[in-house]
Amino acid sequence: MDVFLPRSLEEALAMKAERPEAVPLAGGTDLMVELNFGRLRPPAIIDLTRAAELATHRQEDGHVFLGAGVTYAAIVNELPGFKPLVQASRSVGSPQIRHRGTVGGNLGTASPAGDALPVLAAYDAEVVLRSQARGERSMPWHAFLMGPKKTAIAPDELIVGARWARIRGPGSFSKIGTRNAMVIAVAGLCLVIDEDHRRVNVALGSVGPTIIRATPAEEQISSAMASSGAWQDPSTAVSEQVIDEFAELVASAARPLDDVRGTAAYRRHGCRVLARRSLAWALSERRLPTWL
Amino acid sequence: MSIDIRRKGGVGESVRRVDGVPKVRGEFEYASDLRRDGMLHGATLRSPHPHARIVSIDIAAAIAAPGVRAVLTHADVPGKKTFGLDVQDQPVLAIDVVRYAGEPVAIVAAEDPELARAALKQIDVNYEVLTPVTDMERALEPNSPSVHPQGNIVRTLQVVHGDPNASADVWVEGSYETGMQDQAPLGPEAGLAVPAADGGVELFIATQWLHADLEQLAPCLGLPAEKVRLHLSGVGGAFGAREDVSMQIHACLLALRTGRPVKMSYGRQESFYGHVHRHPSRVWMRHGARRDGTLVNVQARLLVDGGAYTSTSPAVIGNATTFAAGPYEVANARLEGTAVFTNNPPCGAMRGFGAVQACFAYEAQMDKLAMALGLDPLELRLKNAVKTGSVLPTGQPIIGAAPVRECLLRLQDLPLPAEEPPLDRDPMLLPGGAGNVGHGEALKRGVGVAVGYKNLAYSEGFDDSSEAWVRVSVDREGPMAEVKTAAVDVGQGIDTIVAQIVRTELGIDRVLIRQPDTSIGSAGSSSASRQTMMTGGAVQLACQAVRAEIDAQGGMPELRRPVEATRVFHHRPTGKLDANGQGDPHVSFAFGAARAVVEVDTDLGLVRVVQLAVAQDVGRALNPQSVMGQIEGGSAQGLGLALMEEVALVDGQVKNASFTDYLLPTILDMPPVVCELVEEPEPGLPYGAKGVGEPSTVVVPAAVVAALRHATGRELRRAPVKPDDLVGL
Repeated sequence: MDVFLPRSLEEALAMKAERPEAVPLAGGTDLMVELNFGRLRPPAIIDLTRAAELATHRQEDGHVFLGAGVTYAAIVNELPGFKPLVQASRSVGSPQIRHRGTVGGNLGTASPAGDALPVLAAYDAEVVLRSQARGERSMPWHAFLMGPKKTAIAPDELIVGARWARIRGPGSFSKIGTRNAMVIAVAGLCLVIDEDHRRVNVALGSVGPTIIRATPAEEQISSAMASSGAWQDPSTAVSEQVIDEFAELVASAARPLDDVRGTAAYRRHGCRVLARRSLAWALSERRLPTWL
Repeated sequence: MSIDIRRKGGVGESVRRVDGVPKVRGEFEYASDLRRDGMLHGATLRSPHPHARIVSIDIAAAIAAPGVRAVLTHADVPGKKTFGLDVQDQPVLAIDVVRYAGEPVAIVAAEDPELARAALKQIDVNYEVLTPVTDMERALEPNSPSVHPQGNIVRTLQVVHGDPNASADVWVEGSYETGMQDQAPLGPEAGLAVPAADGGVELFIATQWLHADLEQLAPCLGLPAEKVRLHLSGVGGAFGAREDVSMQIHACLLALRTGRPVKMSYGRQESFYGHVHRHPSRVWMRHGARRDGTLVNVQARLLVDGGAYTSTSPAVIGNATTFAAGPYEVANARLEGTAVFTNNPPCGAMRGFGAVQACFAYEAQMDKLAMALGLDPLELRLKNAVKTGSVLPTGQPIIGAAPVRECLLRLQDLPLPAEEPPLDRDPMLLPGGAGNVGHGEALKRGVGVAVGYKNLAYSEGFDDSSEAWVRVSVDREGPMAEVKTAAVDVGQGIDTIVAQIVRTELGIDRVLIRQPDTSIGSAGSSSASRQTMMTGGAVQLACQAVRAEIDAQGGMPELRRPVEATRVFHHRPTGKLDANGQGDPHVSFAFGAARAVVEVDTDLGLVRVVQLAVAQDVGRALNPQSVMGQIEGGSAQGLGLALMEEVALVDGQVKNASFTDYLLPTILDMPPVVCELVEEPEPGLPYGAKGVGEPSTVVVPAAVVAALRHATGRELRRAPVKPDDLVGL
């Protein structure tokens, strides 16, 4: 097995062009497990940890760019304004894992249990890819995440990061697991209110083959808030019935399976509970807009 | 490695651990750190099937693979082909049949671990898959496949006490289950075998009992016992997982075959297959009482899954059955216990050893009975608790200390932790913890109490003695004591206790503890909460003999030549049970009581344990900090069984052989433990100290689940309790 140690993104792209079968390594919190268990034996690895460009994030023109090499610990420390993303990052693994694991890794692994993914989906993020031959391209998260552990990346490309238009409004990320820390999600949910577009975005993790946006639920709550006047006036109450309908629609968007971590019935139930709670939190936060 | 201790501190002091600083600094050598120049690395091929006939094994390609120096199957075992602690029914390497998924079939030694693992894939085993029996009740059916020719029953026993048909005013009945728990020691199985010039072998090994390993190794290797020499290596926890042989024989076989040192070191995944687990149990009980709360009759049927081989199942079901009525006076009982063979992974020793499963059931019954009688659960327990002189269902009287009431009263006196408003807290301190799933919605608190007991040392006629050698000499720095035993410090702290005993008995500060090996007599196992009383007892006797000799020579300042003594400590003899389960099976008992305070997010079925309080009968705390460490650790393991720890089996296959999916409590799951040490010295034991390692593990699962029942009003028959159970899905 060859291990390449590029010192920049440019070098890394050149290596990837030459050895498209090489597997990129960032924090190694997924890849090294696969190697340890003997499930993966790639002919070559490209260690991206020296490519400093990947570990950056910036905000420009109302957009946010999050480099693929930014660790969860860095997100928690440096991006407090993105509460759902921070909550998702804080829920990842242990302190050691958060200091190694990266958002690029979540995207590259494309597990439905990747904690950052429901947040990127709720942000309507796009994934930025680059190759030496064709330069940069980007695609919406749902086009990139094609299925469980399957992405639309080309063999000579690397994930550069994720980019999204900054959303004005409250939101949160929640993750259910059967212990209180360091657990793979049994169900994850990110809810974001987009005040400018008068939309509520809801994304689910770990309850289907890939990340799921609960579109019927989003439309139901967005239009219910429109007809009640809640968008203009945050103090307008949203009825319990509307919230129940919303929670039910979120639960029915899930496509869960039974596995060793949890039952399908519990996962669906969990989505219902989290939907109700996260909507209630966001609505009450709108009345007291700490996110401003 | 030897440990030189110069600090002061005798028994009763919270002396710092002798291995504490090296462990914290990362300088302690664990068995997985062992290495020798020119050593080979061993790897094990394991059966993918829970039950299959081996039609053929072709090792030709593996032998020819790069870096491979040996490939062995059962045909290469020179001596006895099987091993086992009680009955030698487990093949060193599978012979014709595999009986569980994970059973060793062949072993390889190669120049590096990677080459050894690669060579395993080159071994071609042709299996004819057979129908497995993977359910313990199904194993008892007449048409069930047989795991062994003699049938599927490992041991069945009954305890008949008084008149089992005695009537009662009020009856309660229930069925309970516990899952298969893994000991999950942080250090997986590891050892290094080095061939010796005399044709024998030196084995450096992390184990719980050097001499039990030796007794099983020598016959399999076809060597006389004196040519097999075991040396203790650094042990990274055990909890019962190291009682059975894992890689010991394999490493020795490979070393003897290749003439080179061979190291075998399991990873976490292999460790799940490499050791026995806690027996899953199914228990039915019926309790009858008078209106005033006097317990009059206990009926119990206990079934445990022993998996594919005998291991310690006979003793585990012996414990579970004899303890099935709990630490209560009851005039009449019929307690029936059976351990069965299945094609699941073998089960054997784990902290609590049969007492845990029994306590989970009888304490749930006591709560049910209290409810049926309209009595306070604690009052019901106080009313029926055993005391010194009480007669147990086996007819055995309790001759030692039995401060059960005292344990319960200490708990009763402890104030409950204050209820913190949810919104005032760090959200991490809510059920769901770091997952941010709630802000205190649907939060309910519950409190549960459980009391239980466990035998100390080995039972039913077993003489698990311990030998110690002590030598005192004087050099320019003054007097020094050296101690040697074969007692294994698995992390529980026996080395520290031995040093404290030597200082107390001899008044010598400088104590050198020699590394245990098999050149001295057996110390017995570091299990059954027995090492402080047994090896502590032997060290005390040897010190007293040395002291007498020094005094005879005119005292320490006059000492011209070193004085030494070797002594063996035996516990009082016990006896076997008769056909009705009557006899004098147990040496001594330790009692304990736990109170759990939990919060449940009743919408999501997630739990935060707010506080555990444990009042434990310790006889006398020789090192209070160590005792509390044992209580805290034992509580954590009990909390794990109550809430999350289970080896998930589907058709005999382990589905979660990793710490990603076999969940152990984290610091966010494990609350502070309030430890109440109840000190009533036990007659006949050194300093009156009882073993302390197990009672908290026995009672905490029952207490936590009782608290969950209190919080949710649900029946919760099974541990670990799942979110689905708490939500009612």
